Amino acid sequence: MNKRGVMNLFGTMALKQQIALAVLAAAVAASLGAGWITHHSYAEQSREFIGAPPSAQFWLGTDELGRDRFARLLYGTRVSLLLAPAAALLSTLIAGLIGGAAGYLGGRWERVVTGSVDLFLSLPWLFLLLAVRALLPLNTSPVTSVAITFLLLGCLGWAGPARIIRAGARTLVNSDYLVLASACGIPRWRLFWRHLLPNLRPILLAQFWISVPLFILSEANLGLLGLGVAEPLPSWGALLRELENYSAVLQNPWILAPAVLLVIVVGCLQLVLRTEESAPC
Amino acid sequence: MLIRTTASRSALGKVFIRGAIAMLLGGAVMANAANELRFCLRLDPKTFNPLLVEEESSGDIRYLTGGVLIRLNRYTKELEGELATRWKVSENGRRIDFELRRGVHFSDGTPFTCQDVAYTMRQVMDPALHSPVGDSFRSAPGAVQTQCTGPSSAMLRFPGPVAALASQFDQVAILSASSPRKEAAVLGPFELGEYKPGEYVLLRRNPNYWKRDANGHPLPYLDSIRLEIQQNRELELLRFRRGELDLIDKLDPEMFDRLSAEMPHAVMDAGPSLDWETVFFNQVQNSPLPEYKRRWFQSTDFRRAISEAIRRADIVRIVYHGHARVAVGPVSVANHFWLNPALQPSSGLDTTALAQLQRAGFRRSGSALVDSAGHKVEFSMISNAGNKLHERTLALIQQDLARLGIQLNVVTLDFPSLIERISRSFNYESVLMSWTNIDLDPSGQMNVWLSSAANHQWNPNQKTPATAWEAEVDQLMLAQNASQDPNQRKAYFEKVQQIVAEQAPMLFLVNPNALSAVGPNLKNAAPAVLTPRTYWNAERLQVGANLVSRR
Repeated sequence: MNKRGVMNLFGTMALKQQIALAVLAAAVAASLGAGWITHHSYAEQSREFIGAPPSAQFWLGTDELGRDRFARLLYGTRVSLLLAPAAALLSTLIAGLIGGAAGYLGGRWERVVTGSVDLFLSLPWLFLLLAVRALLPLNTSPVTSVAITFLLLGCLGWAGPARIIRAGARTLVNSDYLVLASACGIPRWRLFWRHLLPNLRPILLAQFWISVPLFILSEANLGLLGLGVAEPLPSWGALLRELENYSAVLQNPWILAPAVLLVIVVGCLQLVLRTEESAPC
Repeated sequence: MLIRTTASRSALGKVFIRGAIAMLLGGAVMANAANELRFCLRLDPKTFNPLLVEEESSGDIRYLTGGVLIRLNRYTKELEGELATRWKVSENGRRIDFELRRGVHFSDGTPFTCQDVAYTMRQVMDPALHSPVGDSFRSAPGAVQTQCTGPSSAMLRFPGPVAALASQFDQVAILSASSPRKEAAVLGPFELGEYKPGEYVLLRRNPNYWKRDANGHPLPYLDSIRLEIQQNRELELLRFRRGELDLIDKLDPEMFDRLSAEMPHAVMDAGPSLDWETVFFNQVQNSPLPEYKRRWFQSTDFRRAISEAIRRADIVRIVYHGHARVAVGPVSVANHFWLNPALQPSSGLDTTALAQLQRAGFRRSGSALVDSAGHKVEFSMISNAGNKLHERTLALIQQDLARLGIQLNVVTLDFPSLIERISRSFNYESVLMSWTNIDLDPSGQMNVWLSSAANHQWNPNQKTPATAWEAEVDQLMLAQNASQDPNQRKAYFEKVQQIVAEQAPMLFLVNPNALSAVGPNLKNAAPAVLTPRTYWNAERLQVGANLVSRR
């Protein structure tokens, strides 16, 4: 490929990235500004307008309890789009510490961590989440329940990334600069924090971006089981439950809006991720 | 008997006579046709011991596998002899004599004798076993006397008179006293073949089943029944439409409307059922609740205020699409004889509810409601996950209570966790729950209203009644169970209904309609009002040959 071709490709990729970032920013801004965009509350039930079609009053119609779909979509986007990255950050940090330490220390620590990761990955996640959720206190507000749900996802989602980070750390440990630094007498903790972890940044970043859509979809799956975010707080998972009724989808195509938005957001995240992966370290 | 369910069921009303002709002609069909009936259970059965059944899935298995002395025909509502050819109730309902059917064998070949009847009844009445079936027979303290009065006759004498004694035996599946297979040896038309938790229960034809059709062909016609564990009702409906399932014993209102638009001949709405949708609060004295919350839940004014605030008409219209009736108490509006006509549904007025709360010492503080000690009124209500009707009902209740300043936290749990909390750990505050009522007679509700009963759910297994009104209900229920005079029994049970309405230990929300669907290839189906609605005559059901070949 000649220089112009490379530039063109770069230009195209940059544009895609820009568009993806703009879409994500718009989604986040709309969800944060939901109170200004619509005067309806996500919980308000207009019981005389059950399952109403889109109108000037209800832009995306109302759901089966007479709640404004548009308001619920905006607030649901806020919940899913803000808390999924937070959960992804948590799981990436845990994975970075555990995987990085295992790769760096090697020996029995590495074997223990590798075994633990294998064990963790082999656990039936869905049942584990169901069990953990069932053990949590009942009297939690909807906001607390959503925080707990994503905290759980964050705490339980470290194993996969930890395995990749361990392999990355193992490669770095044998690199010349770390061998030299070690030979210079730099303490091990300093080697880990100042030299190893910063050089794992591209891997950590990639794992973070992969985890975001994964957690959005995980919450959606939990929502489908009725175990995600508690009523009346909306989330994408709760909104997607309406799509179970396929005949309703044909008659009321506007109820596809959360699914369309989910596809767009996850697609945009993937585009950003691809750009991050191809970016020079 | 009442059993807890994950959703609504059954009904009274006009009975559809579909399949009646096919039923008459059923004997002409080859009995050994390779056919399998398929339908869904919502959840895994909790037990295969027929004496320990207290939830719907286990009850379904018991109905299909258990042999009973007397069966209540779900279609005609008449009692019919099964393992007993004749019976006689005497001594004012204390004694019953059975003439047993001869030449009957359990599924493993063990002969059926009067010893099996005696053994089963001793098990049923054993206090250590806590059999929910036994509650209906406990009208007075003491043990049951059993006696084989002949090679094929048995006598049972109960410590006190038992109302509608013969009909209580519809729930008693006879166990073998001598079979090494214990409760796996059955006398019903099917026996347990295979169980894969979370997937299916396969029932196979009982080769030793005693019954034959009018032409002498052995029953059942079906070779097997596959009960698939399927919590997702959308998938259940989809599979029914594809012909992969033969029936849906209970349909959600929304699905009923959809299916009736596409397959109007497959669906049936039999009107309001005997079932309840209820809310109750945790009143267990040693439950791990804060003391102030226990005081709320033990306050009659508090419970009645909550009941008044819930707009049941909205639940009927929005959640059930009109396929339900507002409930007034423990007797469905469909059960005309036993219903107390003086009972009125709750008003749904906030003013009435607030007045009651003020009487109990609650007051508004800003937008929130607080008790006399200043505690903000906030509590959780649990229900089973995946039940859309419950989730929508909870959302409506949540908003109804929010108008009073009460914060209701809705929590959906998987069914085993829910049962664990309300039956063992008592770590819950309030519950929304469905109950299936399989009996028109109030004696069938003994397992709920007796304070000593396990299903006296808000405060179960009491050694002595915790409150004066519970003691009175105990007396009235035992009295109605002991009386043989229907009018006297009605008077007793109307008083029970009145006390329940005043004390509101359970908030009765709606009686859902009995909605079911039967596929076009299922022969001899005659949907009935009482549960099981669609497969009550499972031994005579057949799957069409074209469907068998397609499968």
